[in-house]
Amino acid sequence: MLSLTIFSGLIVFIMAFGLYQRSRPILAIKPLNELLFSTSWQPSSGKFGFFPFIMGTLWVTGVAIFIAVPLCLFTTIYLSEYSGARLCKWTNPLIDLLAGIPSVVYGMCGVLVIVPLIKDHIAPFFGTFSSGYSVLAGGVILAVMIFPIIIHVSSEVFRSVPAELREASLALGATKWQTVKHVVIRKAMPGVIAAIVLGLSRAFGETMAVLMVAGNVAKVPSSVLDPAYPLPALIANNYGEMLSVPLYDSALLLASLVLLMVVLSFNIISRIILIRVERNIR
Amino acid sequence: MDRRYAEEKIFRSLTFASTVVIFLTLAFILATVIAKGISYMNLAMITQTPKGGYYLGKEGGVLNAILGSLYLAGGATFLAILVSLPVVLYINIYSKKESKIAAFTRFSFDVLWGVPSIVYGAFGFTIMLFFGLRTSLLGGIITVSLLILPIMSRAIDEVVRMVPTELLDASYALGATKLETALKIVTRQALPGIMTAVLVAFGRGIGDAASVIFTAGFTDSIPYSLFRPAATLPLAIFFQLGTPLPEVQGRAYASALILTSIILIISVVSRALTGRFTRHVVK
Repeated sequence: MLSLTIFSGLIVFIMAFGLYQRSRPILAIKPLNELLFSTSWQPSSGKFGFFPFIMGTLWVTGVAIFIAVPLCLFTTIYLSEYSGARLCKWTNPLIDLLAGIPSVVYGMCGVLVIVPLIKDHIAPFFGTFSSGYSVLAGGVILAVMIFPIIIHVSSEVFRSVPAELREASLALGATKWQTVKHVVIRKAMPGVIAAIVLGLSRAFGETMAVLMVAGNVAKVPSSVLDPAYPLPALIANNYGEMLSVPLYDSALLLASLVLLMVVLSFNIISRIILIRVERNIR
Repeated sequence: MDRRYAEEKIFRSLTFASTVVIFLTLAFILATVIAKGISYMNLAMITQTPKGGYYLGKEGGVLNAILGSLYLAGGATFLAILVSLPVVLYINIYSKKESKIAAFTRFSFDVLWGVPSIVYGAFGFTIMLFFGLRTSLLGGIITVSLLILPIMSRAIDEVVRMVPTELLDASYALGATKLETALKIVTRQALPGIMTAVLVAFGRGIGDAASVIFTAGFTDSIPYSLFRPAATLPLAIFFQLGTPLPEVQGRAYASALILTSIILIISVVSRALTGRFTRHVVK
């Protein structure tokens, strides 16, 4: 039991080490700087620049966060401050359900609904052309996919704010919204940030749904209606040919190592914040 | 006074509107999947494997993917239970309540929980290269079990933590060893919660595509060996949706309906279970 426990605690390190071992061949001949900031991606001639993919990921994640954060915060405020506990009994299972829907299904809904919507209505409205497979489509799908985690974690943080604080504020004559704005949110701020960072890291690594709607063109996007090619999509799309081109597999595993490192640091930061929040309450 | 009242009204309706938007989105997604899927749904989809020319619109179904997914998620869930149950029992019963190792294990599970499934896929692939395995059901099972291990462990941990200390003390006082207490008292007391955790992990395993794309591969036949590739429902949806033919895309919608129904059933069953299996539970 002890050895199993130690093993499972070390999985993260084993993963990082395994991926590092596999990505060493490419790190041996190319400096990391060039790999991360070069824009030319031609595996067959040995050029592996991740910059377009990193930018693609950042654009898509940015749009997702921009959409999801206000919606999720308002929803959390409504569910934990305004509505009673009876509504939460209904909404919690639904949010869990939203979290359980597989990402391919989200991707399919994106292809069926959001892509045509952008192609036929949103892009013409702004007087441009877009195939619909774009940063915006990826961002909207990702936003929906990170709703559950942000709502779930921030509801828990809101619940941890002592009721006495709210009562004190209300007793001073503050309105409910003033209480939320000046007391609850201020108290819950670190936890809410942690929730957002958790959502961010989820969006960062999400693969299939984004792969299906983001267009996958290896170019740095210049607007939300441009196609993007996020890092996870790159990894998933090229598994077939990666063993036939020299260094390709090494480059892709380096990409997953980069992804792992970014997500790990996001997660570690937000978990530490959440542990602090929990400790403050006791 | 009026301004405060107006502000209150505005924000209250804003928060309400956001809640409505979020739940309408969920309803809309489910409605899309059901509406699109049901018109292409037929018995052949769930009873036949793809026949020749299936991806050109000829006859067949996705039985290979349904069974592949069930085998894969089932195997992975089994493996994950074998690891997570001892680990959770160890950190809750053997180690001291607030010990470093317990805190470290919980923390690393929390962090692992956030690792994207594509990274698990890539890691599973490196393991398979290391052991010289080809894409196979076994490779998929190992990778998915790593993916669901943190989810299952944290969920089981939450319920095992709730087992009252008095119950443990009573068991020790009767002369039971820690192992006996762990297996006969704690697991029984926490059984409903453990079942729910297992089901949640199973649901997560069956729906994941990015981790199996490297490791389990895809095939048109029903998997009959651990060392052969296996088809999975999410990948079946993905591949069928990628073809240009409307008939085949329609089957992707039907496959998505099948997958979503499995997830819905799991979700309902796990809710229902919460109150069951309480025969041995001390209230």
